Amino acid sequence: MTAEAALGTTTATSAADAAAGSGTGMILSARAVTKRFGGLVAVRAVDFEIPRGSIVSLIGPNGAGKTTFFNIIAGLTEPTEGVIEFQEATIVARPVRAWAEPILWFALPAVTAVIAALALLAGISAVADVLVGLTAVVLVGSLLIAVIRPRWYLNLLPRFGIFRSARPNDIVTFGIGRTFQNIRLFANMTSLENVLVGMHSRMHATLPDAALRLRRHRDEERTSRVKAREWLAYVGLKGRDDIAARNLPYGDQRRLEIARALASEPKLLLLDEPTAGMNPVETTQMTALIGKIRTELGITILLIEHDMRVVMGVSDRVTVLDHGEKIAEGTPEVVRADPKVIEAYLGAPTA
Amino acid sequence: MTATSTVPPRRPSPIGRIRAFFGGHQSLAIIAGAAVVLLVLPQIALLPPFSGFGTQKDWVGGFSNAGVFVLLAVGLNVVVGLAGLLDLGYAAFFAIGAYTYAYGASPFLNLHIPFWIMLIVGAAVAAAFGILLGAPTLRLRGDYLAIVTLGFGEIVPVVILNANNYTNGTNGITGLAQPSAYGLFGVDGFGFSNPWPYFVTVVGIVMVTMILLYRLQDSRLGRAWVAIREDELAAASMGINTVTTKLLAFSIGATTSGLAGVFYASKLGVVTPDQFGFTVSFTALAMVVLGGMGNTLGVAAGAFVIYEIQSTGLKQLGQVVQSLHLPVVALGPIKVDIGSINFINYQYLLYGLALVGMMLLRPEGLFPSRRRRQELHEDTDEVAEFKSAETLEAIDR
Repeated sequence: MTAEAALGTTTATSAADAAAGSGTGMILSARAVTKRFGGLVAVRAVDFEIPRGSIVSLIGPNGAGKTTFFNIIAGLTEPTEGVIEFQEATIVARPVRAWAEPILWFALPAVTAVIAALALLAGISAVADVLVGLTAVVLVGSLLIAVIRPRWYLNLLPRFGIFRSARPNDIVTFGIGRTFQNIRLFANMTSLENVLVGMHSRMHATLPDAALRLRRHRDEERTSRVKAREWLAYVGLKGRDDIAARNLPYGDQRRLEIARALASEPKLLLLDEPTAGMNPVETTQMTALIGKIRTELGITILLIEHDMRVVMGVSDRVTVLDHGEKIAEGTPEVVRADPKVIEAYLGAPTA
Repeated sequence: MTATSTVPPRRPSPIGRIRAFFGGHQSLAIIAGAAVVLLVLPQIALLPPFSGFGTQKDWVGGFSNAGVFVLLAVGLNVVVGLAGLLDLGYAAFFAIGAYTYAYGASPFLNLHIPFWIMLIVGAAVAAAFGILLGAPTLRLRGDYLAIVTLGFGEIVPVVILNANNYTNGTNGITGLAQPSAYGLFGVDGFGFSNPWPYFVTVVGIVMVTMILLYRLQDSRLGRAWVAIREDELAAASMGINTVTTKLLAFSIGATTSGLAGVFYASKLGVVTPDQFGFTVSFTALAMVVLGGMGNTLGVAAGAFVIYEIQSTGLKQLGQVVQSLHLPVVALGPIKVDIGSINFINYQYLLYGLALVGMMLLRPEGLFPSRRRRQELHEDTDEVAEFKSAETLEAIDR
C-alpha cells in the first residue's frame, strides 16, 4: 500500500539482495550448540537450520533455552560447544588457538626489543636508546590494536589458525538484526534517532567528515533520515518521528524495535517474542507485519514466540526446545501433533 | 496526508525566525554567541555592582580563567554527559596538556615552540593519553570506571611531583613563554598586565571547540554515544562498536582538556603539580552536573557562572556580610560571628550543598538537554508499560 510506495529504494535493494541468494540452501546453521552455565545446561547439543527466505519459529516452555540460543546467534553469549555458520561462514564458535593471539601482540615489540638488546651489547648506546623507545611505542601500539580489533586485524587472525567469535556489532554487519524480549529501545531518543542508530553499521561518515561537515556526512545524513522515515512508515509509525521512544505506546515500541532492526539491513531477522504482552488486535497486526517483512523484503526470520496462533499462522518450520534439548522439528502441523511437544507443554499423562 | 495542509501556517515571530535560522546554522549561532560574549561581557564588568569588585582588566583576566574551566566542562560533558562514562580523573589530561606546553615553550628543555603550534601538540598528546588510559579501562562500567579514572587522576600529579629530574618536582616548571600574535591586528602584547589577548584567544578556542563538539554530537558518532549511554548492550546489538566509540569519547574529552591545559599554562607562566589535583576534576564534574549534563551550551554557561561565583562571588559575599556588621550571636559556649566568615574557605562545602540542593530540586541541571529532562522526570511520562515489560521478562527467566 502506501508503505510499499514510501519504502521505495529500500525495498528494491533488499529484495534484490534476497532474490540473488534466494532458494539456495540454509542461511544459518547451528551444529551441536551447547551452553552450560555452571552445572546447568541451558542448551544441549542443538542442531538447527534456517532455510533462506523462510520463517522459522523456536518454541518451548519457559526456561527451555530459547533466549540463550538466540543470544548465542547474536554473539552476546559464547557457546560452550558447537558452531554457528551464517551464509557459509563461521561466525560463532568456541575460540580456536586463542592462546596464540597474545603471541601475535608481542611479536613485533619482541623483535625490536631483541635488536635493542643486541645494539646495547654492541655498545651502540645511541641506537639502543632509540630502539628502546621504539619498542615501547610498538608495544603500546600493538596492545591498542588488540583492544580496538580493527577489521584488518580480524582478517589477519585466520591466517594464524586463530578463531574468535564475532562480536555482536560485527554480527550486525554480517547481516543479522535482532529485537529483544524485554524491549530495549534507546528510551530517551526519538523514534527517528532510534532507527538512525539502527543504520549505524551501514553508514560510513567518519569523525573528520562530521567535524568538518564534509559532503559524505551531509549526503549520508540526508539520505539516512529519509530512509529512517520510510522504515518508520513501513512498520506503521508514520509521523511519529519526534516522539521519544519511552513515550510510545507498548505496541508501537515493539514496532519501533523492528524498524530499528530492519534499518541495519539484515538478511536474517531475530525476533524475540514480538507479540509478548499484546492484545489480540495488536497481535494480528504484528503477525501480518512479520509476514510482510518476509514476502516484501525477502528477509529470513527466526521467531521466538509463545502465542501459538502467531507461530502456527506464519511459520514454515517450527523447532521445539525443552530443557535445552531439541524435542521436535518440522512443519507447524507435524509439531502440533507431536506427543513429545504436548508432553513438554502439558506434562506427561499419568498412568 | 493532505489533511495537514488545511491548517494555515502561522507566521513566525521575528524571534522565532531568528531561532529557526540559527537552529539550522548552528555554527553561525555559536560564532554570533562568541562575538556577543567578546563585546558584552567586558562592558558588564563596567556596570555596578561589578565595577566595584575590580577593574575591567581584573574582570577580563578572570573571564580568561573562566574560559579554561568552560573548556574543561564542555570536554568532560562529552565523556560524562553524552557517552555516560563517569570520569573522575579528568584533571590528569589538563595536567598533561599544561606540562606539554611547559616542555615545548620554556627554558626547561630549552625549546621555544610557538604557542599556536603547542596548542595542537598539547591537544594531541592529551588525546594520546586519553586513548592509552581508555583502552584498558573502558571494559569497566559505571562505578568501576570511576574508580580507575580517579586513580589515574591521582597518579599523574604524584608522578609529576616525584619525577624530579623530568618535571622539577614541587617547584614546577617556570618561565613559560607568553603567546605571541606576531603583531597581527595590532596585537603584540600577551602579558600579565594585558589580559585582553588571552580573553580573545580563549573565547576563540571555546568557540571552535563548541562548533566541533556540536557537529559531532549531531552525527553518527554522537548518536552512538547517546545510544551507549542509554543501553550499551542494545547499542552493540545494533552494530555500534562500543569499544572504539567509547574510546573516541574519552579521547575527545582528553583533547579538550589538553587544549585547556596549554592555554592555562601559557597564561599562568608556571606549572606545578598542585594545580592539577582532584579538586580540578571535581570542579569540572560539578560544573557539568550543575550546568546540565548532555547540553554543551548549558554546561558552558554553568561552568562560567560557577567559576565566577567561586572566584569573585564568594569573596564579595564575605565583604558584603562583613559590611552589614551583624551582631555576634552567642550560642552557649559557641560564638557565631557571621561577619568574619571567610566564604572562600567554605567553597567546597557550598559546592556540596549546591549539588545536594540541585539533586533534590532540579536533577537535570540548570540548562538541561531535552533528553536528560525526560529521563529524570519519568514519573510524569507513560512508562508504566515499559516497566511492566521488564518484570514480565524477569518472570520469564
